[in-house]
Amino acid sequence: MTSLPAATPKKLGLVIDLDVCVGCHACAVNCKEWNSGGHAAPLSDFDAYGAKPDGVWFNRIHTFEAGEGSAGRTVHFPKSCMHCETPACVTVCPTGASFKRAADGIVLVDEEKCIGCKLCSWACPYGAREFDQAEGVMKKCTLCIDRIYNETLDERDRVPACVAACPVGARHFGDLGDAESPVSQLVAEREGYGLMPELGYAPVNKYLPPRPSQARAGCTGAQPLPDEDVAPSSGFLRWVDRLLSR
Amino acid sequence: MHPAYSVIFFTSASGAGYALLALLGLFGALGVLPADPVLGVVGFGIGFAAVTAGLISSTFHLGHPERAWRAFSQWRSSWLSREGVLSLATFVPSGLLAICWVFFAQVPAVLAILTVLFALATISATAMIYAGLKPVQRWANAYVLPNYLLLGFASGATALALIAAIVLPYHLGTIALDWAAIIGLGFSALGKLAYWRFIDRSRSVATPESATGLGSIGKVRLFAAPHTEENYLLKEMGYKVARKHALKLRLVALGVGFTLPMLLILLATALGGWAAAVLLALAMLGNAIGTLTERWLFFAEARHTVTLYYGSEAA
Repeated sequence: MTSLPAATPKKLGLVIDLDVCVGCHACAVNCKEWNSGGHAAPLSDFDAYGAKPDGVWFNRIHTFEAGEGSAGRTVHFPKSCMHCETPACVTVCPTGASFKRAADGIVLVDEEKCIGCKLCSWACPYGAREFDQAEGVMKKCTLCIDRIYNETLDERDRVPACVAACPVGARHFGDLGDAESPVSQLVAEREGYGLMPELGYAPVNKYLPPRPSQARAGCTGAQPLPDEDVAPSSGFLRWVDRLLSR
Repeated sequence: MHPAYSVIFFTSASGAGYALLALLGLFGALGVLPADPVLGVVGFGIGFAAVTAGLISSTFHLGHPERAWRAFSQWRSSWLSREGVLSLATFVPSGLLAICWVFFAQVPAVLAILTVLFALATISATAMIYAGLKPVQRWANAYVLPNYLLLGFASGATALALIAAIVLPYHLGTIALDWAAIIGLGFSALGKLAYWRFIDRSRSVATPESATGLGSIGKVRLFAAPHTEENYLLKEMGYKVARKHALKLRLVALGVGFTLPMLLILLATALGGWAAAVLLALAMLGNAIGTLTERWLFFAEARHTVTLYYGSEAA
């Protein structure tokens, strides 16, 4: 059913800390690894070892520069499905293959119903949906529904593969519909934001901005040596200095 | 945006076909055209052939054409689904109208009105698929719906004028059809000029700064792309081929597609007879070339917000 649920009790999503991300691509690699055997498997690759490798990825890491000179920043920027509150990718679907789950707000594709018309990928402003050429259907981030509810995994592992892989703790998973949840607290504290709010998709995933760069610390050790000669201020040497300065 | 040939052919052919059916209904009901059986067979035949060919070709770009029937289910939310439902529903009043026209030499007003309404609704649904896509500002604007209706009207009227000139060469009604085609072509040209003026002077509200949220630091630019090679998103949404020819192609659409056919049809009204039929055939050919060019440009010139993540400065 491609009509959207009026409201979802939970809004599961990701919070990505741009201040911490080091751009190592571990999240994207683990995403590919897990999902190649998970709910949306396989994530087809073409020419994987050739000159022009191509394939389906649910998570891609861009690197941007913002600002100029010493005020400028280099920011690593992972991007995957935002699990929007009003996802047009779902409403444009003619077949009912795309849907937003009423229970937790996760946006999914029923691959059995997908006709591969690609309209949903056009309707997503963020580029979250990727067409699987080999299977002829659209695929996307499932927020690892096969991990987060998976009772065969240890409880600490019931997070999306990207979150589990992040070596620096830049990715957080939780219920963004619950103001008391750790992820919501983090967003409130760090003034987290959604991408392209002007398009009105109301993305659930939030990004935490890079912290302002710290002011240069002052010198705390020995005073530096003066660059120029210093004239002796008294006595014999002052007399010699004045004599030689003539 | 990537221009799929099947979609370009589909939107052009079905636009012309549905407009042809609507104009047959309209001019039949108004009594401008007689319920002549040969005109009915040829007119409705070509109309049904164009829309059917369009509908079939629209399934060619699907990953799973055998599941296309599922696309009729989500008309509550999806313009693509509504287009599918309306495109088939139009066959009911237009098919009955064709039967009445050909076998009973009658044009029942109710069937004619329903044919006009359903055909216009189908073309509108096609336009709304594009006009509803917010990430593509060059589609999601108020110019797209009138343009699809006008271009369909122009192609349908040109085709009907040609058919009437062959089937009923000395009937007075054909002059009315000639003028309908001239007016349709003129307004199509104006509609396209207004659309091009709009897309040349406006940009998407989304920017690299809003796409990343990093605008508070300063101007945002891509430093490193996620992958070394092109991916699906860039092939589908980042299509840039031959954009540099856009101006020339606009002139082809405007000149060959609308202006030349207008002049040819004007000449046809003066000459009449078989000369008119030849001129109208040339007009239809020119209009077809121009419409396909325009439709190709409509895709190739459209820019998607996802390109903001890949180094584009505007969408």
